[in-house]
Amino acid sequence: MKTIRIIPRLDIKGPNLVKGIHLEGLRVLGKPEDFARYYYENGADELFFQDTVASLYDRNSLRDIITKTAKEIFIPLTVGGGLRTIDDIRNVLRAGADKVAINTAAIKNPQFIREASLKFGSSTIVVAIEAIKGIDGKYFAFTDNGREYSGLEVVSWARKAEELGAGEIVITSVDKEGTGEGYDIELIRFISEAVSIPVIAHGGASSPADVVQAIQFGKADAVAIASILHYSVMQTFGGISSDYKLEGNITFLNSGKIPKKISPSSLKEIRAILINAEIPTRI
Amino acid sequence: MIILKKKILIIDYKSGNLFSVNQALTNIGLNVFISSNANDILSADAIVLPGVGAFGDAMKNLHNLNLVKPIEQAVESGKPFLGICLGLQLLFTESEEFGYTKGLDLVKGKVRRFNINNIAGESRKIPQIAWNKINKINNNTWDNTPLQDIKDGEFMYFVHSFYVDPEEQVGLSETDYDGQIYVSSIQKNNIFACQFHPEKSAQKGLQIYKTWASINNLI
Repeated sequence: MKTIRIIPRLDIKGPNLVKGIHLEGLRVLGKPEDFARYYYENGADELFFQDTVASLYDRNSLRDIITKTAKEIFIPLTVGGGLRTIDDIRNVLRAGADKVAINTAAIKNPQFIREASLKFGSSTIVVAIEAIKGIDGKYFAFTDNGREYSGLEVVSWARKAEELGAGEIVITSVDKEGTGEGYDIELIRFISEAVSIPVIAHGGASSPADVVQAIQFGKADAVAIASILHYSVMQTFGGISSDYKLEGNITFLNSGKIPKKISPSSLKEIRAILINAEIPTRI
Repeated sequence: MIILKKKILIIDYKSGNLFSVNQALTNIGLNVFISSNANDILSADAIVLPGVGAFGDAMKNLHNLNLVKPIEQAVESGKPFLGICLGLQLLFTESEEFGYTKGLDLVKGKVRRFNINNIAGESRKIPQIAWNKINKINNNTWDNTPLQDIKDGEFMYFVHSFYVDPEEQVGLSETDYDGQIYVSSIQKNNIFACQFHPEKSAQKGLQIYKTWASINNLI
């Protein structure tokens, strides 16, 4: 049996859970700890935390969130964003992460993947690839939340990452991320067929049907989901209470509006649709 | 009256992250210590051998830290011994990793790598990083084992490229990864060891630790 993992993805900015479009234009959704606990209690297979502003490590916001989360949540936690050195990785693991996702630092110095996987074990090192489709139809890897062009073609980069010891790859379509236009199935399939390590699909899902597509046609081994789940939580609870200080753009939070393209669904609903499509999952 | 809590020792042999095992065992009320000191292993009431990463490096670390003998002594003494993931594999005679690497040989058998192709000839994703079922072997009983409160076919979280192939009748559960059926937990006298990560398998995983602790009178 081979089960597919459903991984809620939590983009973090300072103390807040945020959601952007194309990894930019971040809107505050609420408190990450609340969402994390809710997803744990409702059967998430893993959680993926992404620091959207790398420099925040200096402020230790994400570290505090991870430390708190790891005390009460007993499923794997992956943390990404701004990890540049072996010490950065060690600190996040000590805070309670089980895996780390690296992108920019790996592209700048591919040997960092080897060094990190030898030090912490391959299964601890996830290489994150943020892809943008070029005019010739090829996909290229970007760094810094899809802002900086690296010149690396993604399929060969994915193979190289595997060779250097990555245990997993999370592939993000920057073009699709936050748009609700569905995953980039072609991109996911290119990567999944190129490597023999598990591939996590990320970016663009607006409904459980998109998730099914990423698995059946994209051959993803796991799916990272943000909007569908976060907006479902907000719909269910009518927004998250704000008895804490929110920083950033909270106009959206106050309006309670859900983007038109998103069909909010709970983990349970997504799982039921996967099972109906004969995709094995936990439970 | 003073109740002296039993001392549970997690062996730190510099192979992987001990945080989550520590957190889970502490969460269920155990008195947990982390150490790489031989005397601590001998004086503890129960031993936990966790670990992720490469078999060869782990054995090298155990030798360099002079922990092989104390671990053997701890197992022989009959005190409860819990192995997790690489901590299961290290108990075996040898591993296929890089040809041949000798293990602790406390359980007869080999550690093998998943074949890159499954039965259908398609490529198999390695490592297995997934929730997968633990099943009874030929309807064996899980009574009086750490699995006694878990249902046959319960899902647990796995991360591994190698699996154990025991030559002794020690298998407690088996798991099917993309067509490869292998032993996913063992019980041999005072040793209980599992390939999956109970500390990452939500409430059912914690239940396994609780049962392990309670049948061994550690809580």
